[in-house]
Amino acid sequence: MSAIPDARVPNSAAKNAANDHALVPAASAAGQVSRGARWRRWARNRPWLGSCIAAVLAWAATQWTGDGGGSGGLLTAALAFSAFTVLVSLGQMLVISVGPGNADLSIPSTIALSGAAAMIVMNGDNAMLVPGLLAATVVGMAVGVFNFGLIRLLRIPPIIATLAASLIVMSVAINVGRGLKVKPPPLFSDLMAMRVVGVPLVALVALAVTLAIALMLERTVLGRSIAAVGQNRRAALLAGLRVERTRFLAYVICAGLAGLTGALIAGFSGGNSLDQGQEYLLMTIAVVVIGGTAVAGGRPSVPGIWGAAMFMFLLVALLNAVGAGPGLRTLLTGVIIIAVIVLASSRAER
Amino acid sequence: MNLSPAVPTGTTGALGMQRGRRVALMQTLLPAIALVVLLAAVFMRQPRAMSYFGVNLLLNLAIPVMFATLAQMMVLAVSDLDLSIGPFVSLVACIGATLMPTQPVLAVLALAAAVGVYALAGALIQARQLPSIVVTLGLSFVWLGCAVLLLPTPGGTAPEWLQAAMRVKTPLLPLPIWMAVATGIVGHLLITRSAFGTLVRGLGGNPAAIGRAGWNMVRIRAGVYAIAGVFGVCAGLMLVGQSTSADANIASRYTLVAIAAAILGGAEFAGGKVAPVGAVLGALTVTLAASFLTFLNIAPDWQVGMQGLILIAVLGLRAAIDLAGGKR
Repeated sequence: MSAIPDARVPNSAAKNAANDHALVPAASAAGQVSRGARWRRWARNRPWLGSCIAAVLAWAATQWTGDGGGSGGLLTAALAFSAFTVLVSLGQMLVISVGPGNADLSIPSTIALSGAAAMIVMNGDNAMLVPGLLAATVVGMAVGVFNFGLIRLLRIPPIIATLAASLIVMSVAINVGRGLKVKPPPLFSDLMAMRVVGVPLVALVALAVTLAIALMLERTVLGRSIAAVGQNRRAALLAGLRVERTRFLAYVICAGLAGLTGALIAGFSGGNSLDQGQEYLLMTIAVVVIGGTAVAGGRPSVPGIWGAAMFMFLLVALLNAVGAGPGLRTLLTGVIIIAVIVLASSRAER
Repeated sequence: MNLSPAVPTGTTGALGMQRGRRVALMQTLLPAIALVVLLAAVFMRQPRAMSYFGVNLLLNLAIPVMFATLAQMMVLAVSDLDLSIGPFVSLVACIGATLMPTQPVLAVLALAAAVGVYALAGALIQARQLPSIVVTLGLSFVWLGCAVLLLPTPGGTAPEWLQAAMRVKTPLLPLPIWMAVATGIVGHLLITRSAFGTLVRGLGGNPAAIGRAGWNMVRIRAGVYAIAGVFGVCAGLMLVGQSTSADANIASRYTLVAIAAAILGGAEFAGGKVAPVGAVLGALTVTLAASFLTFLNIAPDWQVGMQGLILIAVLGLRAAIDLAGGKR
């Protein structure tokens, strides 16, 4: 039974990836060049397409193995776990988009600290739910302000500045969060487990934030400034945009989202733990770039965040379903990340 | 070791030139000064550390970090960033602790294959114009996966000769100092003096010029990554020689430590500006900062944060020197 899907998966993946190369030349004799060219241009302007296709393929492949625990169950789990990834990755996307060399490496520490802050403020009390979430967000934003202070005032390269900040924030988190055994308020836990028509509430929250960020990028001065500063900092400066203010806000929004996510993760997993943000350091960068956002900045890709986050979760689910051990799973994840980025680049190139 | 002297933009003439040169000199000396200050502080706190054994103990852990930093510096020189060096060093350590003692030929082949994959990644990054961050991020998963497959639980034993080599008592100065001198010279000759080094820095600073001059950029970048891989192999083998056993995450923190050390030493993220001697000093400083804090009796909880503060202090100083020199 399992031999068939195993043979079919790489096949269909390859076919789909080669779609716009292999099929178009064959059809060109029939005078359909323009349609091929149009399709390619259409795909080129949608850098998120690759990650979404990859996510669908990973989901379909998991279904084929017949070990996904039903399509609904798998999708619900994927949505719930991807929601956290999406929330932090949206912030990372904004930071990466303000120009080359910009990245926030302090996200894991921020998640650890804000989770602890939220649990302390809530103290198991339903009434303190909103203040707790606010406190977590404010703690995150404070980290963002600190990050940008290092970058701007001390002129430290962002990667090193956020790395140094993350060490300090982690120290604070260790001191604040050690021995902290506060459970999240029952209402918070219930809300985190709640589903609306089968869709986890967290996923809806993440969707709302995604829409807000997309609107911000498309319709507001700040959003357009982020793209402009990322594409050409000097041109943006000469055009009279407030370059440093734009970068400042990108870092603060990013850290604020990480703060909120820290509280949500603590609520989801029944309490704060110091390493709850660990995996999001590399994960956010991978998700942002696989999602089609330009690493050189200036081209954020919002839908790609969802595609890539779902893909990364479903990929692990698929490898689990096939029965791969932890070593093989990690190895294949790496190979697939590289394969996806190579395929995505070939689509953009031609 | 800044390769191009800082050019003052505001002032011109002989005075400005002199000032610019002084800034460049200060920048070059900064990692050395930071190291000396830290060492002095440690010795003041604990005079007994000022001996052959004391220094050996203090700086022993810096040996693998130096090689990892040189690997990271090679990649920084072509304006790339390597997120996979930590897991790569871990994988090498795992190979050293599992295959090396029993099947030395297979171990050497595995290490050569790993370096080959590194070179292939470099070629791929150049040929397809891929972002190095993502490719090396993918690679880091590949290395970690291989390491876990090889050594699912911590353990293994490094070969006797490797352990003995790391315990050797060098004449005059302890082993870490000799290692630092050797790696500094090798790095300096490779990057600053060799023809290949010039090409590497050129590819980092102005790839179009290198391409226009008719060089095969794919080959250069593949070479850079291969050399980084060789440095990584050195780091991993020395690490496992010191620790005698390995685990799949033994060096995962090296990725960020190596970036910090290289930047501390005067490298920049773009433009092919790197400093091999500075990088070695940076690696020593970063390692020493960690042990310095234990000497100060700082609570372990705050030690991580203090490392961050030391990093900020040194880099802030660098910015201050730039500012004083009028370089914007």
